[in-house]
Amino acid sequence: MPKSPDSRAFFLGATNGALSMIRQLHYKKRDCDVKLTGAEILTHFLHDEGVEFLFGYPGGAVLHIYDALHRQDKVKHILVRHEQAATHAADGYARSTGKPGVVLVTSGPGATNAVTGIATAYMDSIPMVVITGQVPTSLIGNDAFQEVDSVGITRPCVKHNFLVKDVKDLTSTLKKAFYVATTGRPGPVVVDIPKDVTAETADYIYPKTIEMRSYNPVVKGHSGQIKKATKMIASSKRPMFYTGGGVILDDASKALIEIAHMVGAPVTNTSMGLGGYPASDKQFVGMLGMHGTYEANMAISNCDLIIAIGARFDDRVTGNIEKFAPYAKIIHVDIDPSSISKNVKVDVPIVGGVNSVLKALLKQLKEDGYKPNKAALKDWWKQIEEWRSKDCLAYKTDTKIIKPQFALDTLYKVTKGDAFVTSDVGQHQMWAAQYYRFDKPRRWINSGGLGTMGFGLPAAMGVQLAHPKAQVACVTGEGSIQMNIQELSSCLQHNLPIKIICLNNGFLGMVRQWQEFFYDSRFSHSYMESLPDFVKLAEAYGHVGIQVTKPGDVEAAIKETFKLKDRLVFLDILTDPTENVYPMVPAGAGLDEMILI
Amino acid sequence: MENEAGALSRVAGLFSARGYNIESLTVAPTEDATLSRLTLVTRGSDEIVEQITKQLNKLIDVVKLMDLTEGPHIEREMMMIKVKTSSNDSREEIKRLVDIFRGRIIDVTATSYTIELTGKGEKLDAFINSFDKTPILETVRSGVSGISRGSKSLHI
Repeated sequence: MPKSPDSRAFFLGATNGALSMIRQLHYKKRDCDVKLTGAEILTHFLHDEGVEFLFGYPGGAVLHIYDALHRQDKVKHILVRHEQAATHAADGYARSTGKPGVVLVTSGPGATNAVTGIATAYMDSIPMVVITGQVPTSLIGNDAFQEVDSVGITRPCVKHNFLVKDVKDLTSTLKKAFYVATTGRPGPVVVDIPKDVTAETADYIYPKTIEMRSYNPVVKGHSGQIKKATKMIASSKRPMFYTGGGVILDDASKALIEIAHMVGAPVTNTSMGLGGYPASDKQFVGMLGMHGTYEANMAISNCDLIIAIGARFDDRVTGNIEKFAPYAKIIHVDIDPSSISKNVKVDVPIVGGVNSVLKALLKQLKEDGYKPNKAALKDWWKQIEEWRSKDCLAYKTDTKIIKPQFALDTLYKVTKGDAFVTSDVGQHQMWAAQYYRFDKPRRWINSGGLGTMGFGLPAAMGVQLAHPKAQVACVTGEGSIQMNIQELSSCLQHNLPIKIICLNNGFLGMVRQWQEFFYDSRFSHSYMESLPDFVKLAEAYGHVGIQVTKPGDVEAAIKETFKLKDRLVFLDILTDPTENVYPMVPAGAGLDEMILI
Repeated sequence: MENEAGALSRVAGLFSARGYNIESLTVAPTEDATLSRLTLVTRGSDEIVEQITKQLNKLIDVVKLMDLTEGPHIEREMMMIKVKTSSNDSREEIKRLVDIFRGRIIDVTATSYTIELTGKGEKLDAFINSFDKTPILETVRSGVSGISRGSKSLHI
């Protein structure tokens, strides 16, 4: 056991109390005529915008801002150990709360380190505002120390970005940034602020609203399209709901459950959509796509109507696009018109907010006097139950070696399915998606679009900060965890009792799996040599480390892990290195051509 | 589009990132100094053009977008071309050619003409192709700009 950090925490707590009193004395009064510096405008604005946490890392270009942060105690700054982690932590905060995540990094390497996290948020449409420091305006373009064209570098992976050249524009730009990030299809927005702009002064009044003539996201669906859709639903014999991250982003679970129960059709989720529909509901057939369930992929391949909601027909979902859902007409609800008919031609496009459109569809179905076609549904469900009876997620247990599926099944049981689960990327991510049956939205936090290894631990930090009392598990592997392992230090500083569930098979498992299947088992660089002793490593960072090697000890170890409520526990589970993720749709195949175990 | 720094690179970046072609692109401020007008010529199937339209509309700096080819419209491109004039005969011939194409000679030296010509892209191509012997020293084309016919207008 490491030394108890309690005494240190107490000392810090006392100092923090004294410091905050001093800071309050220095904190300039609001709503008076005093001009504020750009840095102070930023801290005032963040507080007025309702920002609780600012994830960041200081540096030269943001020194004025850090000084302003020091002189206030409204916005809590969370110091990370690497800027990538700041963006992932803000991302985890955003995914688990629905509120925008906010990041502050310095110019140059601070900004470039943040790019991976920005791109991660962009691919999954996560609301985020990233403030990057910049060299003073007089030096821009001079190849100054720590200068990089942050606006140029981030342009392809943000919803929008701004360079603030005049302190007078700072407040309105910040307001625009939050407005753009959180409305329509959400996404990250970068605000690049040169150092001199943070030193100059201007008046500050918090703007409650902002108008942008070139940005007016549509919320309500077109009523004509909604009528067409309900007619199509009424005449379908084998309908199916296919729902994605949009349901979670727009908090539309309730409306989805209501309409799904009314229509009586099977529901499948994308990886981003898990938890949007309760996994324990009878109509849920599991995730679809490359590692989807047999019943979900067979149902989508044989249905006559897909009601796609807040999902984007991604290549990991459709498999070979030519063979995708050959018998189906498609209704597609999405807030982003460019997601509609991009990969798959649809019959009834409905552009609008998912929640608003689902409610409109419900209302219209009721007005139409809709009654489900019970006879047809009975046949449809008989077929689905046959597929379901294959029990495609069944796995062999072993008395000597721990099966990863068993470990995650046990995690589900011990946490009663009620934990927030963040994941990294690879086999463990797919197993978590398959075996942790999410009943609630915003509980499954993973990098679905970009597939960013190193996402899990920092994302868990954001989740734990937002939900201090909740159980937060980071399901990871020995490969992914090492991509942001330095954050174990941030977790100690901010008292974040995350449970790291590391499925350690000594391989980059998903790479190994593809090499086994498609490269004649030539395991090129997918073996993790020279692994650290994770137990000692966790202890060195001031946390608890536990290793488990036998299947019989898994349940007790996971229970012990969650019993240590106030401590971060690194649970290193040595799992079967030869295990593969099944079912699997090979590249180029149709969804109904999957490999079962 | 908003007349802002970076707006043009967002459009250009979108085309390169998604693998669309830009055949020509012109941009300049309008009578409203806060707005620029950008005319872009691209080629693609209906699906691709639809996707390009949607992606462009998503750019925050794009205020309003119109596909001019959906209705009757006028296209114009301006070209300045410098040609070598080696003899009196060739000067005469070039002058005749310029008149036929309704162009203007806007600069003259002892050995060269600079010609200005406006019209549809094909007309400019035809003009260039008509110089089979005369050496072309330099060509500069503005890229296509366009406007719809009738009283319908792209305005905010």
